[in-house]
Amino acid sequence: MSAAETVFKPGSYKTDLKPVWCPGCGDFGVLNALYRAMAKLQLEPWNTVVISGIGCSSRLPGYVATYGFNSVHGRALTLATGTKLARPETTVIAVGGDGDGMAIGGNHLMHACRRNLDVTYILMDNEIYGLTKGQTAPTTPTGDKTKSSFWGNPEPAVDPVELAIATGATFVARGFSGDMKMLTELIQRGIEHHGFSFINVLSPCVTWRGEAQYGIIKEKLHKVPEDHDVTSREAAMRFTREKDVVTEGVLYEVQQPTIGDQIKAIREKAQGGKPAPDTKEILKTFYPAI
Amino acid sequence: MRMVIKGNGAVAHAVRLARPQVISAYPITPQTSIIEGIASMVAEGKIDARFIKVESEHSALAGCIAAESAGARTFTATSAQGLALMHEVIHWAAGARLPIVLANVNRAMAPGWSIWTDQTDSLSQRDTGWMQVYCQSAQEVVDSVIQAYKVSERVLLPTMVILDAFFLSHTYEDVEVPEPGLVDGFLPPLDLPQKMDLEHPAALGNLVFPDRYMEFRRKMDLAHQVALGVWDEVGREWGELTGRPYGLVEQYRMDDAELVLVTAATTASTARVVIDALRDEGVAAGLLRLRVFRPFPADLIRTILADRKKVVILDRNCSFGHHGIFHQEIKSALYELPAGQQPEMHGVIAGLGGRDVTVEDLRGMLMGVWEGRITKPVTWWNVLEAKGAETGAVAMG
Ligand SMILES: Cc1ncc(C[n+]2csc(CCOP(=O)(O)OP(=O)(O)O)c2C)c(N)n1
Ligand code: SF4
Repeated sequence: MSAAETVFKPGSYKTDLKPVWCPGCGDFGVLNALYRAMAKLQLEPWNTVVISGIGCSSRLPGYVATYGFNSVHGRALTLATGTKLARPETTVIAVGGDGDGMAIGGNHLMHACRRNLDVTYILMDNEIYGLTKGQTAPTTPTGDKTKSSFWGNPEPAVDPVELAIATGATFVARGFSGDMKMLTELIQRGIEHHGFSFINVLSPCVTWRGEAQYGIIKEKLHKVPEDHDVTSREAAMRFTREKDVVTEGVLYEVQQPTIGDQIKAIREKAQGGKPAPDTKEILKTFYPAI
Repeated sequence: MRMVIKGNGAVAHAVRLARPQVISAYPITPQTSIIEGIASMVAEGKIDARFIKVESEHSALAGCIAAESAGARTFTATSAQGLALMHEVIHWAAGARLPIVLANVNRAMAPGWSIWTDQTDSLSQRDTGWMQVYCQSAQEVVDSVIQAYKVSERVLLPTMVILDAFFLSHTYEDVEVPEPGLVDGFLPPLDLPQKMDLEHPAALGNLVFPDRYMEFRRKMDLAHQVALGVWDEVGREWGELTGRPYGLVEQYRMDDAELVLVTAATTASTARVVIDALRDEGVAAGLLRLRVFRPFPADLIRTILADRKKVVILDRNCSFGHHGIFHQEIKSALYELPAGQQPEMHGVIAGLGGRDVTVEDLRGMLMGVWEGRITKPVTWWNVLEAKGAETGAVAMG
């Protein structure tokens, strides 16, 4: 069968590696939703790159049969930026934990958002540092007891969704790893969106936050109202910093030029419609003998 | 008090005894249990300090820098990737002459990802102006952290106390943890000559023009020279108080040794077993363990190694394109010896990325050199040589 005739099923994207996540970890749900979304879009593995930082969640690229990059802690979006600049035709998906993306790599989110980089970023938010065994993350609710906060977390938490909307992401959604149908749809729409897509996925860490997390989230979870205007930043902001409810769905979506579009336009302008100059020809003007 | 604790626990207890006022850190394996131990002690009121888990290692050390500049005693701990991320402010801490103490658990650098021991992380910070002490046991960790505060605060230079991942950080040992009163008598409260002070306002971190920059650097280098003597003196003073004296280096069966193994950290414990066995077999072998690596005790090492027949220098690190780092340093220290007193020197690179260095390995290198089977200046020990290694066209595999 030639490459063109291949039909990809969710299972086509599996690798031989068996995930090392704890049984019950929310990240399994994210991985399965990603497989399904990729199959719906028939993404070609050879034109897809999955990039992560470091953490339990950041192991994900190893389980997806595409190009993958398990990079350094916090830097998934910087590598995604480089990849997209070098190979604009590829589908680039960045993934990672909330510690990775909100703590050590926090500033990169703002720049990927404001540049409207054409990348889908799936933040696997478990409100804790999983891999290093249960310390508070910037997303850990105030007052929660963790391995690094015996008397309760003294810090207010950040809402990644609020940050993404505020700094210019053009597609912002919230999902839950326990709602496969909705999560698959969100990831599919995020990849389809031309521009920076940010998907915050509540993905419970059963080991360091307890299995009760699933129940707590499910109880608060409700879908974004049908009459919500996704093009309104103000309306989207109403679904951030929620306490008693958690809204899942696409909260914000607008169309704007990406950094790739802008760079392409500048290059075309600079070349004045002429083809790219031949460096050999230019050199000849300096050294006629070459 | 005698306690059965891990190397990381030893750091936490020593920090408790040193009474720092600000502790700031970011978790990373295999360091994390140091900071967790400290966080619990702070939570239980056993350490009267302000503890913050910040958002990265760069921020952790920057926090210590500011707190120390305000006159507070500080502490942080990290490993590998975290230490590398701190690099910019590591220079700052030394250049600003702040006596910060940092524990680094030696871990190999990525890629490929590794959490196991290797000295390349700390040795990559060799030229930053920090002092470096390599420990071989949990007892030495407790003692060295406390000494590090004393020496640092005397010479106004920061110290990195270094311990091997897992072999030391996560291995339980019987340790004598000193009483608070003893440490309070040994280590007076921090009194920086210059600090942020409302009575004497000053700006920190100004531009220094070419007519002054070198003078600041010269002072740092002089402070390192003074520090050699201070480490020696403080190690002796600690010995008088506790019965456990420390020197810049440790010598084992060196009196008449003709074949010497030079190494640092936990490999030295394995090495003692091998030295004893070789002695029983009639080989005059000895061990020189490097402890204080910055400042580098070049004169002392030169005196110790002069007139020995053969020296094997074991590096759990590599300066790619040249030799192991301890090997280079020792070679340059011995350069000043007259030709007749120069030992034959062989560098061995072993144990990278946590690969075990066993009794058999050490025996193999020592006897290989002693019996003239190892003749190359540098040997990569026990490594699968890839095809094409001779031409440099080496593939991973
Ligand atoms: C520079 C650096 N500092 C620290 C670490 C250690 N580290 C690895 S993963 C991690 C945090 C993991 O939490 P998160 O990003 O939320 O991912 P999770 O494991 O919860 O999926 C930390 C602190 C590292 N690898 N590199
Ligand atoms: S520690 Fe938590 S985040 Fe990591 S694999 Fe286990 S459940 Fe998942």
